[in-house]
Amino acid sequence: MSTVVEKQSAANPFQAPRTAQNARRKASNIVIIFFSLLATAFAVTVLLYLLLYVLRSGLPYINVALFTRIPTPNGEPGGGLANSIQGSLILVGLASLFGIPLGLFTGIYLSEFGRGPIATGVRFLVDVLTGIPTIIFGLFAWIFIVVPQQSFSGLAGGVALGIIMIPIVARTSEEVLRLVPKELREASLALGATESRTILQVVIPAARNGIITGIVLAMARVAGETAPLLMTAFGSPFFNSDITQPMDALPLRIFNFAESPYQAQINQAYAGSLVLIVLILLTSFAIRWATGGFKQQR
Amino acid sequence: MLGGGSRRLSDTLFRGFTLLLVLFVLVIIAGVTWVLVSNSLPTIRQFGWSFLSNRAFDPIHNVFGVAPAIFGTLVTSAFAIFFAVPIGVGTAIFLVDFCPRPLRMPLAFIVELLAAVPSVIYGLFGFLVLAPWLQTVGQPWLQKYLGFLPFFQGQFHGLGLLAAGMILVIMVLPLITSVSREVILTTPTAQREALLALGATRWEVIRHAVLPYARIGITGGVILALGRALGETMAVTMVIGNQASPIGPSLFNTGYTLSSVIANQFGEATPGLFFSAVIEAGLLVFMITLITNIIARILIYRMGRVGGLAA
Repeated sequence: MSTVVEKQSAANPFQAPRTAQNARRKASNIVIIFFSLLATAFAVTVLLYLLLYVLRSGLPYINVALFTRIPTPNGEPGGGLANSIQGSLILVGLASLFGIPLGLFTGIYLSEFGRGPIATGVRFLVDVLTGIPTIIFGLFAWIFIVVPQQSFSGLAGGVALGIIMIPIVARTSEEVLRLVPKELREASLALGATESRTILQVVIPAARNGIITGIVLAMARVAGETAPLLMTAFGSPFFNSDITQPMDALPLRIFNFAESPYQAQINQAYAGSLVLIVLILLTSFAIRWATGGFKQQR
Repeated sequence: MLGGGSRRLSDTLFRGFTLLLVLFVLVIIAGVTWVLVSNSLPTIRQFGWSFLSNRAFDPIHNVFGVAPAIFGTLVTSAFAIFFAVPIGVGTAIFLVDFCPRPLRMPLAFIVELLAAVPSVIYGLFGFLVLAPWLQTVGQPWLQKYLGFLPFFQGQFHGLGLLAAGMILVIMVLPLITSVSREVILTTPTAQREALLALGATRWEVIRHAVLPYARIGITGGVILALGRALGETMAVTMVIGNQASPIGPSLFNTGYTLSSVIANQFGEATPGLFFSAVIEAGLLVFMITLITNIIARILIYRMGRVGGLAA
């Protein structure tokens, strides 16, 4: 490109002169747009490829037995993952019993009572907690419950998962409780309601949907956790509803079967992954839909 | 007045109950720290700093060190950050600045779904699909065309540092994208419009108005992603090979990370030094991720309130 300013652009006085420098600027603009498009395409392609691959490999092995039978001894075809699904439900239930109240009340504290440096500190700690690898909480439950009991147990798994739920529930509840208009609280207080009654009967009901969203999000998150269960719930090839005994979980079973030498078990690992992924994606969609996230434009 | 008194009592009770539960959460955090530190003491006393530099993790001779694990952790995380930062920030820029309006929310949602996929499924995919592909296609290709680089030499195992790094790229990508997107969105419109009015191209607006403003927040997001990469357990354990190779630059080598040491060794850990060594590996992961997360949060807080980061 030469540096000659072409006269054609004089027709439009707002048109930048076509110098080599401007050509370069335009070129780099296009390069960047193209690169950012490519980056987005990469992320989207990876997700779609992963989903389609799991769908293709898992779908043929989705059958009634998968949800009603327990695994067969080494590699024999047939059987299912019913015990893992049962275990996952129990573990997520235990975690919720433990994690939801602690998370919710931490959220209430941060939004309603938390002022000053202590609240800032608590908020900061809770945020930092979300970034700690989940296996650390597994180690904690292992040392704290499994080692003294001398037995892996569903209880230990539930405690580990519960701790992981706390910061998620706490931060989402805090955010939605803060969104409740001040006028609503003042109206309640003006009618003579006490502070605790205002929070329990006015503020929390107003934020109910958001709080439920946070809870569901946290449950979906821990339903897919594997690492902290390795050393706590441990896994079991049988139905077990005794929380003091080792308990299976869907992600644990996927982990064990993925590295199995038997094709039948690998197929079931794919089928289990499909079940897990569909559950988690449906939850994500439902949450997005419920919170109007698809319409939001910024 | 009696009514007034009981009102205050119920408020006090409610407040007290709330504070009690918050206190319980704090006790749990302190308890995690205390349990890790106190159970690591035997190996800390026995080996001191040499635990970090010792290459053997040898229960038979009761000698424990995590140098190869630290090496594996750093290499895979560095690889992940190196590739995920340009892709993640590029995606964020596209989503905020270039993407057609109706596609913005759906695409942002799809990228965030990457974070919702459980890590064991990434591990399954890495172990059954990515690693075999690397062994038969990817690594021979890399060696043929880039084999002059020290990174692409040695035997094709499939499983190894390269596979772990690649899976981590995908896993930390949504984190970098969502944090970057949120901070880019907080750039004042006036700042963008001022540059546009001066005749800047879209990229120049981003380069000179948006990125300098969002830099601190994006850095926070990157460090948050680094923390996740440093601590990721399942996916990495399934694809990294879990065998120490001699420490060298080749990404074809197998290896292990601090978290994968825990996942692989806790089952055999006999009471005593072995047990303590596994816990100390956990303590190291805990401290490293604690520090990275504290730095990341401070940087993100400096950007003001950025929501939606809890998950």
